[in-house]
Amino acid sequence: MPIHEKSLIRPENMKTNDQELIIDGINVAGHWSTFIESRVITDYNENLQDEIEALPGGEFIHRCWQCGSCTNSCTVNAIEPRFNPRYWIYLIRTGMEQELLRDKDIIWMCVSCNKCTYACPRDVVPEGVMKATSHWLEMKGYTPKSPSTIFDEIFSSQVIERGKIEDTEVLTQFLRRTGQPLMQDWLKEIVFKVATKLPVTWGLKSMLAMVFKPKTRDWDRARLAIEEYIHEKEAEHRSALGLNGSHPEHDDHANEWDMRRQEVGSHIDQGDVSVPAGHHDESARSDFARRAGHINPPH
Amino acid sequence: MVDVTDRAKNHKTVGYYPGCALEGTGHAYNRSTKAIASELGLKLKEVDNWNCCGAMEVKNIDPKIQTYLSSRVLSNAHNTDHMDVVMAPCNGCYHNLKKAEYDLSHDAESRAVVDRLSSKAGHPTYKAGQVETIHALDWLKGTIGEEGIAARTKGKLAGLKVANYYGCMYTRPRHIFPEKDQGPGTESTSKPHFMDDLLAAAGADNVDFALKTACCGGAHTLSDSDTSTKLVANILRAAEASGAEVIATECPTCHTGLEMHQIRAEKRFGIKTTVKIMYFTQLLGLALGVGPRKLGIQENISDPMDLIIEKRLT
Repeated sequence: MPIHEKSLIRPENMKTNDQELIIDGINVAGHWSTFIESRVITDYNENLQDEIEALPGGEFIHRCWQCGSCTNSCTVNAIEPRFNPRYWIYLIRTGMEQELLRDKDIIWMCVSCNKCTYACPRDVVPEGVMKATSHWLEMKGYTPKSPSTIFDEIFSSQVIERGKIEDTEVLTQFLRRTGQPLMQDWLKEIVFKVATKLPVTWGLKSMLAMVFKPKTRDWDRARLAIEEYIHEKEAEHRSALGLNGSHPEHDDHANEWDMRRQEVGSHIDQGDVSVPAGHHDESARSDFARRAGHINPPH
Repeated sequence: MVDVTDRAKNHKTVGYYPGCALEGTGHAYNRSTKAIASELGLKLKEVDNWNCCGAMEVKNIDPKIQTYLSSRVLSNAHNTDHMDVVMAPCNGCYHNLKKAEYDLSHDAESRAVVDRLSSKAGHPTYKAGQVETIHALDWLKGTIGEEGIAARTKGKLAGLKVANYYGCMYTRPRHIFPEKDQGPGTESTSKPHFMDDLLAAAGADNVDFALKTACCGGAHTLSDSDTSTKLVANILRAAEASGAEVIATECPTCHTGLEMHQIRAEKRFGIKTTVKIMYFTQLLGLALGVGPRKLGIQENISDPMDLIIEKRLT
């Protein structure tokens, strides 16, 4: 929303008599009789900026002087005008949590093109602030895990497990976990277009890659070191947000964005995609790895 | 700061970091890069036992893990392969190695985390400055240059209208690319031109394309496909409006994104575009007389074979 259109008056707070208002036999309905319900903001979260700053990417939010270069250069703002980094940074810095929550379902849409970071005269790294804010929303339980977070988790769990990723596996796991049919119309066309032209050996090679996953040699020590670090950081972040104790959102996929709502004609027939974490010692692994483990069976 | 092209100029052999994408969906980029290297007498020494750089995803789990992953690649290049230049054709890999280099030379906490993880993982810690990371564009500009390309190709791409598309990760954020924006001869972050220069040297007719560094939505290509499709459709239509017959790419994520969403734009939004999408290495390869099959052109979903025959590029 352009800054000059932002106002404290919201459509839902306007009381008009657009339908019919008869006074002394005359219909006086219309906007001339508009009343505005008064609105008082009392529920500030004084810790909001500190909480965002405690998460990776949010470290420099305090530098912002509201010039608007981020929103002005934003890729997503051009196609979704409600996507407004400058405004959200303002809300976070002034502690207006309830206002921020009105946009909670779109903040994850940042595509990390870094045009904002390029344009920012104060090195706020707005791209990082968007990521920190989406994580904050998920950690606090205000939103389910976004498709973007689900994708990041699937991708990263493969990297951490084996040192490398395999495209087909990332794609199929993502479509499954978000309840989308594997055979998307566009995917069918791509497979058809490519399959008719490629040599048979190419197909064999990619099938082999799906069975014998690409892997970095002697990766186990690196994997353990990374998992230990992530575990420590997770605990730090949770404590900064005052979330010590139980991890309710970690247990299953119930707290995840349901892309089936958006997919016309798709079926909820993928069933349970979770695979037991197998023979790994659960206690030695981080929460992240445990969460990721069920979508990434060890071999 | 050593000038990147100076180092690269003296290196007919560079460390080669293909990354995961070039072994998967970006296979044609890998194939065509290797094909032109051998055609030009340049040696690529693949980094020993490399790992994923972290792509665009791991930083969202933890940015320092991404710094570590990229530093391990650089550590292997320096300590195992004894290379001081690593060339990464993938924009994501290139960006992440540059980012790691920047973080390790500016941020003590990043150094501490990388040191801790490297020693636990059992390999030497990478130290900033040991390796120079360059893109495939820097590599060709430095070793062969426009004159070399012009002499070898004799303007073979003449009459081919090309829109050069660089994407996000090659130029943004500016601070991780200290060698760019240093005046004449260096790459520009606002109006990149290295790919334009190389293809023009091969005779290509570069069109005036406004969306060189626009975003294709690659980070959300699957998780928010409609947004990516809209962004890509915009790029494709802008390229066609500026008269381009082919979009030259230098990033496997952009390339796959443009091809996938070209089809998706037609299926979901009824937006049909016919502009072809090719890696710049494929175009240079054709100009150098390398056969289409060796350049992996059969793997291009946008199917540029008819255009290649029409322009007598085989």
